[in-house]
Amino acid sequence: MADEPEPIIDVSSFDPHFRDEIAAEPGGENIRRCFSCGTCTAGCPVGGVTDKYNPRRIVHMALLGMRQQVLSSDFVWLCSVCYTCYERCPQDVRIPELMTAVRNIAVREGYVPQAFRLQIETLRAHGRLLEVGDYENERRAEHGLPPVRETAEEVCRILDLAETGEGSE
Amino acid sequence: MSRYALYLGCTVPVRGLNYEIAARRVAARLDLELVDVEGFACCGFPARPMNWRAGLLMAARNLALAEAQGLDIITLCSACTGTLTEANWRLNEERHLLDWVNRRLEKIGQAYHGTVRVRHFARVLYEEVGLERLRQSVTVDLSGFGFAPHYGCHYLKPSHLYDGFDDPENPVSLGRLIEATGARLVHYEDEGQCCGGGILSFDEGTALLITKQKLDHVTAAGADGLVLICPFCAIMYEANQRRVESAYQTEYKLPVLYYPQLLGLAMGFSPDEVGLRLNRVKPTRLLR
Repeated sequence: MADEPEPIIDVSSFDPHFRDEIAAEPGGENIRRCFSCGTCTAGCPVGGVTDKYNPRRIVHMALLGMRQQVLSSDFVWLCSVCYTCYERCPQDVRIPELMTAVRNIAVREGYVPQAFRLQIETLRAHGRLLEVGDYENERRAEHGLPPVRETAEEVCRILDLAETGEGSE
Repeated sequence: MSRYALYLGCTVPVRGLNYEIAARRVAARLDLELVDVEGFACCGFPARPMNWRAGLLMAARNLALAEAQGLDIITLCSACTGTLTEANWRLNEERHLLDWVNRRLEKIGQAYHGTVRVRHFARVLYEEVGLERLRQSVTVDLSGFGFAPHYGCHYLKPSHLYDGFDDPENPVSLGRLIEATGARLVHYEDEGQCCGGGILSFDEGTALLITKQKLDHVTAAGADGLVLICPFCAIMYEANQRRVESAYQTEYKLPVLYYPQLLGLAMGFSPDEVGLRLNRVKPTRLLR
């Protein structure tokens, strides 16, 4: 890694309003508070095992206005949402919520990782992340557990209703 | 007797039958009545990255179903606990969100008024049943065994949701619950570490590397098993243990038990009665 030349970044492509866009998104309100101390990165379980994810770097990129780079990146999807940084951040930046805010913007811009798209499809098909059909209920009955009913139709309805009216922008 | 709505979520009723079997068993012994509520679906956690309002609405629908029956919720999955508690907190804090939710719930014949309390099963055991009653329920001597606690993330964090019932940086509740069974508590390096489950579907290699760290630490501490309270953590440490072993040319054979299984054994239930047949890594020393 250290031998690779640093890529040259064209600052004219930066969007100075990106931080405001994030701050206007629920969960992203506190992004401007970050003073880049790195407490988040120091305790991050994902950052602890891979260079691919570094929360301080992502927040800094967002503050600089690197909108395209942030939204199209894989790294915003690598937060495990463990809330370790949320507890420790001296500036209350609330990074897991901030990542959700950035992910929501990325999705609206058409950047949706396959894994997350599939989860929503499964929710729509079964109302849950895992199917509970006859086989599963027979297995449950063998262990003396009551059947579980799928509620796919109502969950589809709920997911559709969330996209309607005010707040669906 | 206390009555609660039992919220199973997605993973427990399909991949965590041992957890559900044991939880129902020990709850009945402790006079906690668990009611199955028709219509509970996913908590909304997986919808949040796509559209957080969709996640909020899914959570609110489940809360409304419990409220309609006048019941508080007991959860088994920590991610469900976090999602439902957070939604509940938000809907009580921000009136306009409650209105937004109710304008939509109305269309499926429901309403939510913000009155349901959500608590993890382990927290109810710790806070409501209490350690003393748990100790009194124990009939089998487990003092020859040592277990390491895995708290996971959403059971404790973000802490502002959980009324300070335990300290997220130095938690004690699960350790005390383990000790209440008569077993020894085994501490290990980096106890607060996440299981990595949150990124399994997106980056398996990185997720399993996070999982590996705890398997290493718990093994080094010489525990007879890892005790946890979340089905997704169990998938990482138990169902995926062999994958970590083959990827890193190592061997753990570390038994992973859900806390209600350990408590159930201490209460004198047979291994079958607490679903141990469904555990992949058999706690052979414990069963002897």
